[in-house]
Amino acid sequence: MPPIIEFRNVSKEYVLGGAVRQQETLRELLMRKLRLGGKVEVEAAVKQRFWALRDVSFNVNEGEVLGIIGRNGAGKSTLLKILSRITDPTTGSIEIRGRLASLLEVGTGFHPELTGRENIFLNGAILGMRRSEIVSKFDEIVAFSEVEKFLDTPVKRYSSGMYVRLAFSVAAHLNPEILVVDEVLAVGDMSFQKKCLGKMSEVSQGGRTVIFVSHNMAAVQNLCQRGVVLSQGKVLFNGGAEDAIQQYLHSVAGTAEQGHIIDLLNAPRTAKKIRPRLLDSMEFFTDGDVAMPGTMPMGAGLKMRIRFNFPDPVESFDVGIGFDNVYGQRVFTAHSCFEPERDGGTHVGPQTFVCNIPSLTLVPGEYVLRIWLDANGREVDLVNEAARLQVIESDYYGTGRVPWNGVFVLKHHWYSEKANGVSSNS
Amino acid sequence: MNGSYQLVIKPRSGWQPINWHEAYLHRELLGFLIWRDIKIRYRQTLLGGVWAVLQPLMAMLIFTFVFNRLAGVRSDGPPYPLFAFAGLAPWIFFSNALTASSNSLVANQQLVAKIYFPRLFIPIGAVMALLVDLGFSLLLLFVLMIKYHWALTFHALELPVYIFAALLSASGLGLIFSALNVNFRDIKYAVPFIIQMGLFVTPVIYPVSYLPARLRPLLALNPMTGVVMGFRSALLGTPMDMSVLRLSLIVSVVLFAAGLLIFRRMERRFADII
Repeated sequence: MPPIIEFRNVSKEYVLGGAVRQQETLRELLMRKLRLGGKVEVEAAVKQRFWALRDVSFNVNEGEVLGIIGRNGAGKSTLLKILSRITDPTTGSIEIRGRLASLLEVGTGFHPELTGRENIFLNGAILGMRRSEIVSKFDEIVAFSEVEKFLDTPVKRYSSGMYVRLAFSVAAHLNPEILVVDEVLAVGDMSFQKKCLGKMSEVSQGGRTVIFVSHNMAAVQNLCQRGVVLSQGKVLFNGGAEDAIQQYLHSVAGTAEQGHIIDLLNAPRTAKKIRPRLLDSMEFFTDGDVAMPGTMPMGAGLKMRIRFNFPDPVESFDVGIGFDNVYGQRVFTAHSCFEPERDGGTHVGPQTFVCNIPSLTLVPGEYVLRIWLDANGREVDLVNEAARLQVIESDYYGTGRVPWNGVFVLKHHWYSEKANGVSSNS
Repeated sequence: MNGSYQLVIKPRSGWQPINWHEAYLHRELLGFLIWRDIKIRYRQTLLGGVWAVLQPLMAMLIFTFVFNRLAGVRSDGPPYPLFAFAGLAPWIFFSNALTASSNSLVANQQLVAKIYFPRLFIPIGAVMALLVDLGFSLLLLFVLMIKYHWALTFHALELPVYIFAALLSASGLGLIFSALNVNFRDIKYAVPFIIQMGLFVTPVIYPVSYLPARLRPLLALNPMTGVVMGFRSALLGTPMDMSVLRLSLIVSVVLFAAGLLIFRRMERRFADII
């Protein structure tokens, strides 16, 4: 069976001048056509071009849930816009064999002056539903949105949560063969997000083809079988979702300009007293001993190998690593003095010391690592901003949702207890 | 499941044919867009739909006073207020429709940038939504005709033809202006000006017979000339110059066709520059 969607060398070029100066005025056009003054300015604007997509080719098979991931500006949105026929590719083509509906933004076409009921019909029609289809699904849409009581209120009086819930509900009841979804899960409160994700997996399990674009790796991990990683308009990776996420992490990490080995010897020190530089390097690995350039999913294992040198013999030493969040708060300290079993004896020359964290459960974000070395009970070296560690979202709780506040995640359970007996639900 | 629907997306350039099949598939959306425009037009206004008749009524009163009483302009048959109103009803429809449709793409830029559907529906829907207002002003005209004891004849059955011609004229120009407005916001300033001037080169205030015969073909190049003449002839039974009417109606058809083609040609760049 041929693939349901075939992208063949799709490229899209944008003219930056046009984007900056939204519209050329009539005067400028006339001047350009008549070759009067202002020519230089216009030409300069025309020359700034860039390729938002460059030779993108891949296939999507029927019934597949495909995630498209990539950083901001990687070309994801442009790809979806072309797929949705909102804009034309500059070169290349896409062949689609099925009815496609796209959801680039929830609530497109909602009119603030219209009531919830009226907007359901209008938005449904805009998204490509037949009137009869909307009528038959109306009750379902209303129930899903939880705004029954306000159906006859203009949506401009809705809270933003209600608005988004109604908008998503209409969209969620679309019934195309191919559904294209952009980041819509990042809406509403937590309970509604869960509902949306549930609906998404229901859709994908219903044998429909779904193309899903997101920054939310947890959702991608949870929903998608396959992933395409875009980077600077090109396909960086096309394969299993798990591998795609790994590739994405690597591409994100690449921008931090930090390899998996960090030079500590030449890192700047802030200590006033001039001391010999003892700390030599630090390496990041995953718990599977794969080199990792400073970006890791939340909850994954982290191994840090630290190399240092003792020119003179020391009786005892310790290494400390502090994790500071972007607000400068110390969120976690790993220190070898907490390690119960250590080798005794005298240490001299190059040393290698490994810190293994089986599951680093800090919430997604960037952390600055401070590293220091004690010898014979005294601090002998310190690097304040030794390395950066990027923790990114992952499906830690297995629900496809990730916490957005707090400092770390912990495994925990909730259950209800009845007054007279015990009823649990794990 | 597959094979039922197949689509190839590729770069387009130059003139594009009109995709009638697609327009037919989305026909319900056109209905919804018209319904939306009608619903929201007078939301949160005190007078609501009264505005639809107030505008031609006030214009008729002022025109009768200024042009008929003060300047001595005569109609070619019916009482001047009826004559003026029968011309103002389609003219006001045209001017409101042209204003609305010229701004329609920019006003709906969220839709243009985020969803695909036949974009033609936006300016055409904006024009069609104003048919309701035209209907209201025609009702008022019937009331006025009773007041002036002016009988309606079987010629009234010809009215749909002229309403259709008004629709074509407003849509044709609206399609061109709305597409240009995406690129050149100058249109926003040009349209009120064009409408203001248009009133004087359309026989709304004066009958066509005021013009020397050699100038009439020139007047016929204005598509609204035929519409205004047709409205008067159908409703009030005024005599008319058939050659002027015919030419003017042809111009409205040509204008609509040109509007469709120009719009289709410019359409592919809307989402990128709006």
